[in-house]
Amino acid sequence: MSENEKNQQGVQDKTRRIFIKNSGLTVGGLIVGGAVGSLFGIKSDTKTEPATAMVHESAANPNEALMYFNQEQYQTTAAAAERIFPKDESGPGAKDLNVAIYIDHQLASPWGVNAKDYMVGPFQKPDEKQGGQLRILRKDLFLLGLKGLNDYSNKTFKKKFTELEAKDQDAILTDFESGKAGDLSGVSTNVFFKMLRTLTIEGAYADPMYGGNKDMQGWKMRKYPGSYMGYTKEIQSDKFVALKQQSLHDHMGH
Amino acid sequence: MATKLPKVPVVIVGMGWAGGIIASELTKAGVKVVGIERGKDRTTSDYLMGHDELRYQHRTELMQDLSKETITSRNNRSMTALPMRSYGTFIVGDGVGGAGSHWNGQTYRFLPYDFEIKTLTEQKYGPNKVKPEYTIQDWGITYDEIEPYYDKFEKMAGISGETVELYGKRSNPYPTGPMVKTPIMKEFEKVTKKLGFSPYVIPSSNLSETYKNPDGIQRGACQYCAYCENFGCEYGAKADPAVTVIPVAKNTGNLDLRTHSNVTRILNDGKKATGVFYVNTITGEEFEQPADVVVVASYVFNNVRLLLNSGLGKPYNPETGTGAIGKNYCYQVTGGATTIFFNDKEFNLYGGAGALGMELPDFTGDNFDHSNLNFIHGAGIRVTQYGNRPIANNTVPKGTPSWGAEFKKQSIKYANSTFPVKVQAASMPHRENYLDLDPTYKDAYGMPLLRMTYDYTEQDREIVKYMAQITKKIAKEFGADIMETNEEQAPFNVNKDGNTHNTGGVIMGADSETSAVNSYLQMWDAENVFVAGASAFPHNSNYNPTGTLSALSYRAAEGIIKYIQQGGLLV
Repeated sequence: MSENEKNQQGVQDKTRRIFIKNSGLTVGGLIVGGAVGSLFGIKSDTKTEPATAMVHESAANPNEALMYFNQEQYQTTAAAAERIFPKDESGPGAKDLNVAIYIDHQLASPWGVNAKDYMVGPFQKPDEKQGGQLRILRKDLFLLGLKGLNDYSNKTFKKKFTELEAKDQDAILTDFESGKAGDLSGVSTNVFFKMLRTLTIEGAYADPMYGGNKDMQGWKMRKYPGSYMGYTKEIQSDKFVALKQQSLHDHMGH
Repeated sequence: MATKLPKVPVVIVGMGWAGGIIASELTKAGVKVVGIERGKDRTTSDYLMGHDELRYQHRTELMQDLSKETITSRNNRSMTALPMRSYGTFIVGDGVGGAGSHWNGQTYRFLPYDFEIKTLTEQKYGPNKVKPEYTIQDWGITYDEIEPYYDKFEKMAGISGETVELYGKRSNPYPTGPMVKTPIMKEFEKVTKKLGFSPYVIPSSNLSETYKNPDGIQRGACQYCAYCENFGCEYGAKADPAVTVIPVAKNTGNLDLRTHSNVTRILNDGKKATGVFYVNTITGEEFEQPADVVVVASYVFNNVRLLLNSGLGKPYNPETGTGAIGKNYCYQVTGGATTIFFNDKEFNLYGGAGALGMELPDFTGDNFDHSNLNFIHGAGIRVTQYGNRPIANNTVPKGTPSWGAEFKKQSIKYANSTFPVKVQAASMPHRENYLDLDPTYKDAYGMPLLRMTYDYTEQDREIVKYMAQITKKIAKEFGADIMETNEEQAPFNVNKDGNTHNTGGVIMGADSETSAVNSYLQMWDAENVFVAGASAFPHNSNYNPTGTLSALSYRAAEGIIKYIQQGGLLV
């Protein structure tokens, strides 16, 4: 066993003892299903990451690169997402949270090609109470939407979407939301808008490993602690307990 | 060409709660069982990265892969049913543990009234209280008869709770004490007591304390980490077949668990099953597994579909009201909630558990007088604290735009300051709400998909109107700054409605003309086929279904052992 592995083992053992103490779980009797064994590798909630380490990581984050978009598509996405979730006095907006990076990565994932969706035809027009019935894949619909934003901006204001003032961008997005902006190869602009909105919220609040929620700032704004082993004490408190944010990275046990 | 395997005593389709309980009871009794599961095997070590809202909740990691199989739905017979192409309302589990891995863990018993609903309603309110299109019926079992099985399940799972006076008599208290009370639960308790109601802590399978069950399985206490529904529990604190009954069955050496195996047909000669036909979902290999007894224990939808695709039992016909397979599909009704917002109070809503909350028994079942009401049964009115995960919870006051500066401001302002007083109402069966095979759409193996024809009925709309007034009254007592009541039940929408408690389709009863299975869940039309799960419920109560479907599974296991010994119809 290398020195490094030994140290790691020490951390895990300590973690295990802390959990057993916290949960009141006594070892003995028949334990099946890995209730205790599974905890190896989880760091305890007492561990804190020095703030400086985080800043350092974000300065050269290899995750900030594109898997799917070209530069212009990325810029348009970043601009549109910023209008959905703008920077204000409460904290960063979509741009500073790297939401467009998140969206790029999602569209490049199996989700972007509807891998877990039922995609067998016939594709018929649904009643409003029935679920969506689109043959087009998410990754393709999103690019059509981006092109649509620019086409509609050019038509309305004679400029690209990214060149518009915020209030004009809002006007374009409002028409996309209502469907007034028309169709994108037969799909209402509203469908693209809803996808953009959902992806923006996800990009602000999903675990930072997905590329957005930069430095957990999305969570910080709403005082969401992220990922802890438990909150037995906090949930019984009459006062609001603000905790320092932790992400899944803190569970790696490296 | 399918490989024909040697015959076995029992084959079980599906390894969730129903299949897991039956596998555990049978293997402990020395019966050799083949357990077939279409998904993967699972243990708590699969959940080390479990606190991932995107992966598990929004990308539905633990759910069935819809690219292989889904349902089609329509609101009424005049519409064309279309496939549920991605997840909306229903989340159907996949893999060992099934929905019992990703559930919240709220574990109720149904009321004595539920099991004899037709008899008791007519006795009290006369034969015309319920219109004939509502096909309610007694269950063919009474509360007193099912009570020992509830007791058995609660001891196995270690259910945490407190005895409630307005409910059925218990032979034993809950094996573990109730969950902790949070400030919003305490406030709910205070205001509802002031109004004369009797709040209690929701019975929970998220253990309140360390517990060792009669099988020797020991589990630790819930840490209120807020990742229950849609997630697996990495501590094993939440009762899940994968940490309770399945390992017990495995330990006997009598369970042959075959994962990644999807049963597409129950082989039969028209009178009895001879085995099952399944496909390995990874390799595509096909197998024929002969068996003396076939237990169908998959999710409600697939139980019905398997029987219909195998030509077992008589399909329900909504024109004539005859036939039983697909009959009495029920859902649950969740309209009538009041959402409250505080401007200057924050709660620790980031923490919680799937079965953490308080509820009123006062408006459940027939615990209140229905003489002057246009509905029967009732609702659980409750405040819960599941833990507000940030992608899913962005509740803003009405009138707030759904995006932009104002949305951001309000959603952050109220992130820890809003919660609803909720309603979970019973669902009565209706002649026009049923399940059958879709004429057009097929699954990845070429078998027809299940078609759902469903909408809320007059009974549901009336119940929602009534409960909305009560949630409003309670919310008022909270002294909140903003209060919003959802007064009317909108039509059923497969994208939006927020409940996944599907029931019926292979219903139990005392009469082989109006039901599909007897009180041992044995098929009237094929004595060596047992169909377990919430598919057996003739209607859905105002509670979460797992406690009842699990109790019935213990009874079915008893029936199967009896059947192996003596054969024939057990009732």
